[in-house]
Amino acid sequence: MQVLYFSWVRERIGVPREEVQTNAVTVADLVSELREREERYNVAFADVSALRVALDQELVDFDAPLFGVNEVAFFPPMTGG
Amino acid sequence: MIRVQSMPFDSGGELNTFSSGVAGVGAIVSFTGVVRDVEGGLSNMIIEHYPGMTEKALEAIRSEAMQRWDLADILIVHRTGLLEAHESIMMVATASKHRKDAFEAAEFLMDYLKSRAPFWKKEITLDGADWVASKSEDEDALSRW
Repeated sequence: MQVLYFSWVRERIGVPREEVQTNAVTVADLVSELREREERYNVAFADVSALRVALDQELVDFDAPLFGVNEVAFFPPMTGG
Repeated sequence: MIRVQSMPFDSGGELNTFSSGVAGVGAIVSFTGVVRDVEGGLSNMIIEHYPGMTEKALEAIRSEAMQRWDLADILIVHRTGLLEAHESIMMVATASKHRKDAFEAAEFLMDYLKSRAPFWKKEITLDGADWVASKSEDEDALSRW
């Protein structure tokens, strides 16, 4: 699946998007997997309470299932307006 | 109408165009957010967004407001990319038969734009660049709707 990062999450991970092969069942599982891969992920995902996640461009909770999802996006709380 | 654009816009001109396009209304409310200047130097701003989700989120917010209030139309314009001090960041305008509907809907739109549309602001001053942190009031503001 495509994983997208925005704002300081993008800066800490170093890329705006990447293809990730995973068998993770939920968003939280995917986060744990990424954190184990490399330190930059571990740093970016250190405090998930400071993060939001969208699956196929809809906001969801971190326990949401990934089944059938094409696009996951991680970002800090939005600051529009 | 909803527009997300990197080009600057003239909120006065936008408001005139919006106003002349609605019929049978007695009240038009608009809000424009601008890049503030800071002590010790003008501030620039970079606005990042999530193309695709941005448009969907704005459309959802707009259609919710159209259902909840008696409105003839809604305008939302939001900039992305690099902005300079005093430039308009975004604007909303609402047109209704009634003042209360126009005001309330505009406030609702602003509250939701702040924390439910995928934009992220980075402020650049002489001291450096920093992502603007969301405030807990912004999230609390949603509960009144």
